Amino acid sequence: MQELSVRHLLGIKDITAEDIQLIFETADNFKDVLNRPIKKVPSLRDITIANVFFENSTRTRLSFELAEKRLSADVINFSSSGSSVKKGETLLDTVNNILAMKVDMIVMRHASPGAPHFLSRHINANIVNAGDGTHEHPTQALLDSFSIREKLGDVAGKKVVIIGDILHSRVALSNIFALQKLGADVMVCGPVTLLPKYIRELGVKVEFDVRKALAWCDVANVLRIQLERQQMKYFPSLREYTLYYGIDKKMLDSLDKEIVLMHPGPINRGVELSSDAADSHHSIILNQVENGVAVRMAVLYLLASKQ
Amino acid sequence: MQKRLIVNHQLLEIMVMRLCHQLIENHGDFSDSVIIGLQPRGRQVAQRIQSTLKAILGTTVPTGYLDTTFHRDDFRRRDAPLAANATHIDFLIEGKKVILADDVLYTGRSVRAAMDAMISFGRPANVELLVLIDRLYSRHLPIEPTYVGRRVNSLQSQRVLVEWQGSDTQEDNIWLVTKNEE
Repeated sequence: MQELSVRHLLGIKDITAEDIQLIFETADNFKDVLNRPIKKVPSLRDITIANVFFENSTRTRLSFELAEKRLSADVINFSSSGSSVKKGETLLDTVNNILAMKVDMIVMRHASPGAPHFLSRHINANIVNAGDGTHEHPTQALLDSFSIREKLGDVAGKKVVIIGDILHSRVALSNIFALQKLGADVMVCGPVTLLPKYIRELGVKVEFDVRKALAWCDVANVLRIQLERQQMKYFPSLREYTLYYGIDKKMLDSLDKEIVLMHPGPINRGVELSSDAADSHHSIILNQVENGVAVRMAVLYLLASKQ
Repeated sequence: MQKRLIVNHQLLEIMVMRLCHQLIENHGDFSDSVIIGLQPRGRQVAQRIQSTLKAILGTTVPTGYLDTTFHRDDFRRRDAPLAANATHIDFLIEGKKVILADDVLYTGRSVRAAMDAMISFGRPANVELLVLIDRLYSRHLPIEPTYVGRRVNSLQSQRVLVEWQGSDTQEDNIWLVTKNEE
């Protein structure tokens, strides 16, 4: 069988389309395992994984932890709040101390872009990036594309629009890389202040009118407005953002086709998505969460074989 | 590479027929029995046994396929991970008599993994093992087959190749393949 071309999953930018396909095929098998009465396999029973989270997370952390436990790995959790990071320990020292306890893999989230790349140059363990600042969030992009593939049969040739705060979103960047590698047509849509200046150089279409974007696409991936990352005012008010970029059921029903609605969570209900849209039959938001565990199992399994 | 034919298609047909009659001796009308083929190559064995039993008895014995990749004990000890195959078992094995079917029994490690994987689907009443070829004196584990097509003496450097009509070749054959010494 093929194997991954990388030892760490730092970003989608560093992996090939073949790697993504391999992860998807492996995830198919793990999804099957997750639907059995006993949802556990012994593959990683001799591996210890540290989930090192320097930033808040619910979904990703739970999803990784569940994936690790379903693979029978030993898991330790670390979060920066309440740890010695507050006492001034450096990132490398923190991680080396964790590794000294014989840990084989690190799943890390950090607020600084490139933190996992820095780490990968200094330590031996396999690293999985669970989000680095506004840079990449590879497993989220993988599970998004996996969910599109599951719903529509294939990603290639599909039109996917990513709507919202593209500037601060690591999900957007990883998704653009993944979708393009898999042959999808990608558009970004949002207020001009929330689109990076050079976004067109990535080869994506840009649209400012959300209605036109929805009329164009097969899949709409709606992002959260990340107020916590915004250092200044990018739009006058949340209410105005909702007025121009919020998506509700009426807009979806007015289209002459069925589109698929996605959201990486957590949803700000009533801001980027209305409740009736988020809970409508268009939405595959909960499928994304379900697929997240299978995709993360596939990533951990394939990286563990590269020790 | 040298190939020596050890079972031709006529012999294989007789062999499968004999195995089916042995199964009937032990399982009667198969009301509590199921067949599980081990992916990838035990799948065709299971299908062949199922279709031959249908021709003899007129009943269809529930048959599934089990993938053992994630239960193997050589993960991270091989150069590259093995590709996983689909598992398809759409019946309950709780309390059933399970017949595990594979083409070749060699070290016994994949059978151990299969028993481990199978337990995830329930607790069978008993488990039997059917193989077409039993390679003698090569076991790493105390695992022996209940039904054997043929016992073969072979070297470690040799391998047994089972070809099925349609998928690999024109007719069913079992070969003993010897790699040339470099």
